[in-house]
Amino acid sequence: MITKRIIPCLDVRDGRVVKGLNFQGLQDVDDPVALARFYNEAGADELVFYDITASAEGRSLFVDILQRVAAEIFIPLTVGGGIRTLDDFDRVLKCGADKVSVNSGALADPGLIAAAAQRYGNQCVVLSMDVKRVQGRLHIFARGGREDTGRDALEWAEFAVKSGAGELVVNSIDTDGVKQGFDLPMLDAVAARVKVPIIASGGAGCVEDFVELFQHPGIDAGLAASIFHHKQVLLPDLKRQLQSAGVPMRI
Amino acid sequence: MTVAIIDYGVGNLFSLASSLRYLGVEAKVTADAAELRAAERLILPGVGAFGDAAAKLRQSGLFAVVQEQAAAGKPLLGICLGMQLLFERSFEYGEYQGLGLIAGSVQDLQPDLVDKSLKTPHIGWNSLHILRPDPLFKYFQDGEFVYYVHSYYAKDCAASTLAVSDYSLPVTGVVRSSEGAVWGVQFHPEKSGAAGLRLLRAFAEI
Repeated sequence: MITKRIIPCLDVRDGRVVKGLNFQGLQDVDDPVALARFYNEAGADELVFYDITASAEGRSLFVDILQRVAAEIFIPLTVGGGIRTLDDFDRVLKCGADKVSVNSGALADPGLIAAAAQRYGNQCVVLSMDVKRVQGRLHIFARGGREDTGRDALEWAEFAVKSGAGELVVNSIDTDGVKQGFDLPMLDAVAARVKVPIIASGGAGCVEDFVELFQHPGIDAGLAASIFHHKQVLLPDLKRQLQSAGVPMRI
Repeated sequence: MTVAIIDYGVGNLFSLASSLRYLGVEAKVTADAAELRAAERLILPGVGAFGDAAAKLRQSGLFAVVQEQAAAGKPLLGICLGMQLLFERSFEYGEYQGLGLIAGSVQDLQPDLVDKSLKTPHIGWNSLHILRPDPLFKYFQDGEFVYYVHSYYAKDCAASTLAVSDYSLPVTGVVRSSEGAVWGVQFHPEKSGAAGLRLLRAFAEI
């Protein structure tokens, strides 16, 4: 039986893991390689690394970290942040990434999804979307959640999957960092529109939030950062409790 | 104890090479026929589409080398698309010839799903159920989880199937040629955590 997946996410800037509230007020948390090792041993099903560095120095630090992680951690690694061209795909895949997550880069050049899927396969292309309600509609936001593109989130999801995105990360800006639970209505709306795995992001605060998330059959994975980094939720406990609640888990 | 990872321009070999090195196995990524012939074991990796990969394997001149080495009895492990290439043919976007080392064909998973609400690709961790004992499972326990990413699967190969995973149908997980030294795994052992590393270790010791 296929399991639901629990995915810790590491936002990396200048070689360190950070996580903010509503994308602002970033705080330093830990060393990415040590944290990756910790999560792997604790039973993480995948790891996601977002490079939120702006400088070239930070970018080369990130590549170095990625290589160090991929040399000793043998679970799927997804990398995102600053992916705008096929060369960017190439750069991170060569350092050990298995999947590449695109967000703003695909908004700027929607053809990037199809081009990447053709070259590397659909399984390699993850579309990450930052979604926020604007006057009752779901809008796609760009630039780390700062800019309303006005684009309809459901149409964008459908376009991305048709273009070859193999998975979607749906991040609700409305619930991100608030720790009051995942944005279930938003997630259900996206899951109803496409037939690729949906990774839920934004809003997890406790074990029960994940239990509730996986009562929704269209959701394949739950992604979170700060609750894991701050040890508010421990992966082994979370996975055991989900299993007790009848959610198939790799334990 | 050298393992040659066959480099024919398909997919990301960083993790595979890293995982073998992590196990202390001497591994080399190579496209050189002489190095493949000199290695003690071969791994055929691969991601992407079958037709494209088969064409690249032919263009690299290694298609015949792999067949020749397998015929000579050298242990060969195909991973993911590399496993699919071991079969006679695939029907992914057309019909393409494979290496023909294992009887059977590769077909679209989606039409065969009993539970139509399941998604394809089949992505994620699935438990692997051993049907027949094999040296490849020396360090692996029945029911352990492995990581899959694929849309096509091997069919009509019951005689060579060693292990399956349930996805509303038994998905062919591990195969072995009737002649003996050719194995294939549909999942990614180099991405399947400790359980996957133990499978690779067993292959390196065969």
